Amino acid sequence: MEYQVSKKANIVTILLIVIGIASFVIGLLTSHGHTSQRLWANLLVNGYFFFTISIASLFFVALQFVSEMAWGVTTQRLFQATMSFMPISALALLLVFVGGTMHWNHIYHWMADGVMDPQSEHYDAIIAGKSAYLNQPFFWGRTIAYLAVWMYFANWFRKKSLEEDKLSVNHGESNPVYKRSIIMGVLFIAFFAYTSSSSAWDWIMSIDVHWFSTLFGWYAFSGMWISSVLVVLLLVIYLKSLGLLKEVNDSHLHDLGKWVFAISMLWAYLWFSQFMLIWYSNIPEEVTYYIDRFNDYKVLYIGTFLVNFLLPFFVLMSRDSKKNVVFLLPVAIILFICHWIDVLIMVLPGTMHADGGLGAIEVGMFLIFLGLFILFTLKSLSKAPLMPKNHPMFDESKHLHT
Amino acid sequence: MSDKKIYAIYDDDYVLLESAKHLVAKGIHIRDVFSPFPIHGLDPVIGLKRTRIAIAAFIYGMFGVAMALLGMWYFMIQDWPLNIGGKPNFTLIDNLPAFIPITFEFGVLCAAHGMAITYLLRNWTLPGFKGRNPYPRTTDDRFVMEIHTSDNSVKEEDIKALINETCVLEIDVKNA
Repeated sequence: MEYQVSKKANIVTILLIVIGIASFVIGLLTSHGHTSQRLWANLLVNGYFFFTISIASLFFVALQFVSEMAWGVTTQRLFQATMSFMPISALALLLVFVGGTMHWNHIYHWMADGVMDPQSEHYDAIIAGKSAYLNQPFFWGRTIAYLAVWMYFANWFRKKSLEEDKLSVNHGESNPVYKRSIIMGVLFIAFFAYTSSSSAWDWIMSIDVHWFSTLFGWYAFSGMWISSVLVVLLLVIYLKSLGLLKEVNDSHLHDLGKWVFAISMLWAYLWFSQFMLIWYSNIPEEVTYYIDRFNDYKVLYIGTFLVNFLLPFFVLMSRDSKKNVVFLLPVAIILFICHWIDVLIMVLPGTMHADGGLGAIEVGMFLIFLGLFILFTLKSLSKAPLMPKNHPMFDESKHLHT
Repeated sequence: MSDKKIYAIYDDDYVLLESAKHLVAKGIHIRDVFSPFPIHGLDPVIGLKRTRIAIAAFIYGMFGVAMALLGMWYFMIQDWPLNIGGKPNFTLIDNLPAFIPITFEFGVLCAAHGMAITYLLRNWTLPGFKGRNPYPRTTDDRFVMEIHTSDNSVKEEDIKALINETCVLEIDVKNA
């Protein structure tokens, strides 16, 4: 295949992991209490962040089929490659959930003993009122259903895309893989429309179990979508710097830049909508979420919002900067990190309360996961040609001009 | 020497694009092209300057944002503070979240209207203005290139000869 993982790339990723482990160990040695809870919380943060990158890539691939989008064909393999990390991040997530069920951690307060038992001293009427949805059997059923169905689809799209390469389609004949991909895309998006929200409720929102927001699922979804587009944008820049991806031209970069811009606005819009409605109505049971964040995580919380909104808004607004790597590269890296911090602030306030923060353990865990993620993604890229063959819209995508 | 306008009429956007490339390669300056829809890749060929309407839109948008904030600061905080929903209006920054939706909407309104009016004015196509399109069929299925003899050092006959090398339907000459 045209792309081979270079020695340099391997060294850099392994270096990332080593620095991550070093930072992690330093964090462990200097940690002041609550270390176990902190580790679990970080496992959830990174598991969720990197898992959702893969799942959002899958969503974007499906969306390209459903909308019969042509421009994205030349970058489709990159989206597929980011899906290869799914098993590892899913494992991290499952570990956290098993830990919750077995009471190894206290991430999910509603899983604790007695909170739903009126006789217990830990009884909590609000949580007990949610027991129809937030109970362990149903939670596990949902979790397993999400992971199984999503991974089935991820596997299916990847497998069929590779099968398509081997087809011999004559001119004028329709391509059976493409037609079936559209149907599968529709099915996946219908399923994902519900489960992207409900998985965010189950895995993230139920940490702050007394609080709820109907917007939360979309907020989480827009965050994962932009992270996935950012990863692919960075991959494009990297592969182009190696002289590969000749088929990806300025216009494709422009389109990816537009997506970064657009989804950033969507994310900021949802972030602000959720905040403003709660701020305005000022109901005690709703504001708890923001009080936790404003008291102990103000700089990180407001800072990431401002960066994630203002940076793409002002830098990527012009047409030229969306095509220019000099602008795209730093913006993509900063946004990627800030969207990770966003997930961090979704989890930490509810699990660590005032004791959390962005410390050596957080950075270390992030770097370890990032290194593994890059390792898997590049490995997957090297396993298949970078350009799909026989895709009916490949030619149109190659000649994209915006 | 009197200025003449030479119109080359085509029936296909791609043919026109290729012909334009051919003519430009021979050193002919093409003043303008009329077509029913934008032709991708034509702008750099005939040397059209990039539109500056995006910059104008940005300025209008920022103007709208500034005006909205200024207005609400004056109405809601300076002139007649109201206590809405238990949120007294003391400073702009304290009440900013409540003002954001209107600021956003007003910014969009100003950007959109400013851009539309600028566009119509710049093209001189405001309602009631006389159309200056030389060939009404270019709004349907024809593609026309306009070449001025005054823009080119080549003679009219030579320009016509060069145009005839392309797959042109018809050549028309009008006095400017």
